[in-house]
Amino acid sequence: MILDNKIPAGPLEDKWTNYKAKVPLVSPSNKRNLEVIIIGTGLAGASAAASLAEMGYKVKTFCFQDSPRRAHSIAAQGGINAAKNYQNDGDSTYRLFYDTIKGGDYRAREANVYRLAEVSASIIDQCVAQGVPFAREYGGTLDNRSFGGVQVSRTFYARGQTGQQLLLGAYSALSRQISKGNVQMFNRHEMLDIVKIDGKARGVIVRNLVTGEYQRHFGHAVVLATGGYGNVYYLSTNAMGSNVTASWKAHKKGAMFANPSYTQIHPTCIPVSGEYQSKLTLMSESLRNDGRIWVPLKKGDKRRPIDIPEEERDYYLERRYPAFGNLVPRDVASRAAKERCDAGYGVGSTGLAVFLDFEDSIKRLGKEVVASRYGNLFEMYQKITGEDPYKMPMRIFPAVHYTMGGLWVDYDLMTTVPGLYAIGECNFSDHGANRLGASALMQGLADGYFVLPYTIGKYLSDDIRTPAISTEDEQFEKAEKEAKNRVNKLLNNNGNRSVESFHRELGKVVWDHCGMSRNKNDLEKAIETIKDLKAEFWTNVSVPGEENVINPELAKAGRVADFIELGELMMRDALARDESCGGHFREEHQTDEGEALRDDTNFAFTSAWEFSGEKTPSKLNKETLEFENVQLTQRSYK
Amino acid sequence: MENLNLKLKIWRQSSPNDKGAFVSYDVSGLNTHMSFLEMLDVLNEKLVVTGDDPVAFDHDCREGICGMCSMVINGKPHGPQKGTTTCQLHMRHFKDGDTVTIEPWRAKPFPVLKDLIVDRSSFDRIIQSGGYISVNTGSAPDGNSLPISKEIAEDAFDAAACIGCGACVAACKNASASLFVSAKVSQLSLLPQGQPEREERVKNMVSKMDEEGFGHCTNTGACEAECPKEISLEYIRKLNWEYHRSNIKG
Repeated sequence: MILDNKIPAGPLEDKWTNYKAKVPLVSPSNKRNLEVIIIGTGLAGASAAASLAEMGYKVKTFCFQDSPRRAHSIAAQGGINAAKNYQNDGDSTYRLFYDTIKGGDYRAREANVYRLAEVSASIIDQCVAQGVPFAREYGGTLDNRSFGGVQVSRTFYARGQTGQQLLLGAYSALSRQISKGNVQMFNRHEMLDIVKIDGKARGVIVRNLVTGEYQRHFGHAVVLATGGYGNVYYLSTNAMGSNVTASWKAHKKGAMFANPSYTQIHPTCIPVSGEYQSKLTLMSESLRNDGRIWVPLKKGDKRRPIDIPEEERDYYLERRYPAFGNLVPRDVASRAAKERCDAGYGVGSTGLAVFLDFEDSIKRLGKEVVASRYGNLFEMYQKITGEDPYKMPMRIFPAVHYTMGGLWVDYDLMTTVPGLYAIGECNFSDHGANRLGASALMQGLADGYFVLPYTIGKYLSDDIRTPAISTEDEQFEKAEKEAKNRVNKLLNNNGNRSVESFHRELGKVVWDHCGMSRNKNDLEKAIETIKDLKAEFWTNVSVPGEENVINPELAKAGRVADFIELGELMMRDALARDESCGGHFREEHQTDEGEALRDDTNFAFTSAWEFSGEKTPSKLNKETLEFENVQLTQRSYK
Repeated sequence: MENLNLKLKIWRQSSPNDKGAFVSYDVSGLNTHMSFLEMLDVLNEKLVVTGDDPVAFDHDCREGICGMCSMVINGKPHGPQKGTTTCQLHMRHFKDGDTVTIEPWRAKPFPVLKDLIVDRSSFDRIIQSGGYISVNTGSAPDGNSLPISKEIAEDAFDAAACIGCGACVAACKNASASLFVSAKVSQLSLLPQGQPEREERVKNMVSKMDEEGFGHCTNTGACEAECPKEISLEYIRKLNWEYHRSNIKG
């Protein structure tokens, strides 16, 4: 299949302007008759639902949580980037574009990233107008801070709860449209399949998680805004319910899955403390503005960190990367922590941790200033670990945080299924092989507020003569039957193992072989391991309870089954990409100093995997990445 | 990593119409570093293996910010630790041999769906009645065109920190949602962006709160004491002031 990315012609900086000027429009009277389904109510989904409804489309929105306000965007801490140049430090649209392309290790599409940088400034304006209480200077203007991988201060923030405030902003806009009757909201509903009619996405099958009832919903277009799939690793910073099911069903219905192995392992998370652990907690990257990362110079040094004198500490990021120091990008910081721990310098009971130390900042700025910047994060750390970071350095270790891979989309954010869109983290489009801090919120809101509302009009303008299709159509019938059969199979399996135990086992395989470093042998072995796990799951999983009541185990079982299949595809993707880039580190390809070694001659492409049936391995399609505006160099933060 | 053994008394209710009752469970070999929800995970995994129905409870982010977890632990919404959601409560706050009682939020506007899960969509409907600023996408002026003093921005933030969990309602003997409503009303009426709809907003939200069946505020302060985000009672004072002001302004 030939992938047409539909990038408009013309100079980079004019593409989006020209696109908007020429894109076909839909008249207000036609918009009223066009229905759009949106799955997910995080930053991307809620902002898209609100914006499309304001424009006059009929919108139906679904989330599996008890309220749209719970979506996991809410947990984002640090901030949101925008090329406002309010700090007069030389920022510009081009610089944000360049930093993002470079940060992604030259594996993202130039045109998409430039558009993202271009609309970033409008996001801040929109959010301020909604009443988002961003941090301010004494004079009343908006404050900024710095994040990893950049040398300007372009990050807007609301204490350590930026995601919460932005999501509540989008949720309030969505609520307003619900109250006007322009959006119909379905809480506690989970999408189980996409319905395709004549090759186009025309609806969804959902299950009401309270009553177990199956429902069919028609839409002229379907938008997935379902977030990332980091929970394939079992332990991650994602919410417990975050899952790949909607994306995976779309994949099986013909949407290609791009770069599934590009995952972001975030350097600063609270380390694992035992087998019972259900999730990991992130400590915002903003902490690296004032915290210094170190390990003891001596192997196995068991002294308390405050008893280890300055000259016996190794501030390894400052040592290796003097230009960026503690603010190197996430992939670099994570690998450096792993390198020290693997070499035997790690701290804590497991040896899988490094120190993040605020002693110098507290001396320099005073405890009050540090508390005003990071107070809530320090509190959270103390609640979880029982230790006081004002007195004792934090212990941190990398953890799975974000997935750059996702459904392949073109410039319009449409997948390879006509009429099916993917926005926010669930698409692959803007972060290449590594995402920079404070860019996920930016992308989610860019897609939802400012990109999709234009691009979807191009498709819908062709659809104004299509009347609503009856959900009695045989394709709805068929999709619902398949979804029901699967649920029944899970409930009547009568196996001996809990869903949780399968998920835990899968997570360990994916973390060990497709985590911070990967190699051919391990990946090949892991593919077989996962195939066996899949077979065992379907013969031996035990799902208790009934269908027509709230049954969290049943919902989880369906999600874990999809994660297992995704796990195999991730291994295949990591195996096929025989180079290192960004978060994808193949041990066979590194420089003498242990940095990722790209192969631009053979691998400057996006891998787009095509589902080829349950028994046949997915097929790899390649979208060549053309770089016309930046020069490909080895990424250096030294 | 102390070894902890507990007796749990958990409210089990199979459906909204079921009468419901407490059921006792013994859990042993717990680690004190576990979170409260991880302790329940341990119980549930045991129940699954023996073919019993696991305890249903709401939870998602497990970082104390999504507001989904909701249980009354030993009579207190979100348990004994101040300013903490259930998911951030750790087992080091319990002693070996303790009996722990776990119930759902109890309030008429939050009907129990199953076990510890309640329906809080009444909160969504209150926000839909006016908890927003009417601004369409694309119509916003430059973010810095409207200076807001740091003091006001911080005050608005303190109110905006509400996670909508409903602990305030569960703690209140009248099941009043005043703290929840006051947080949103205060955030938006403090900010210049919220001025055009200031009077209408407070009227609509208060009347929606009444319509949903939440009770009146009698200033006991239980909501503030149990709020995991420590939203101040001061905002209820502000809510009352805003409400009266809107009546005078018409």
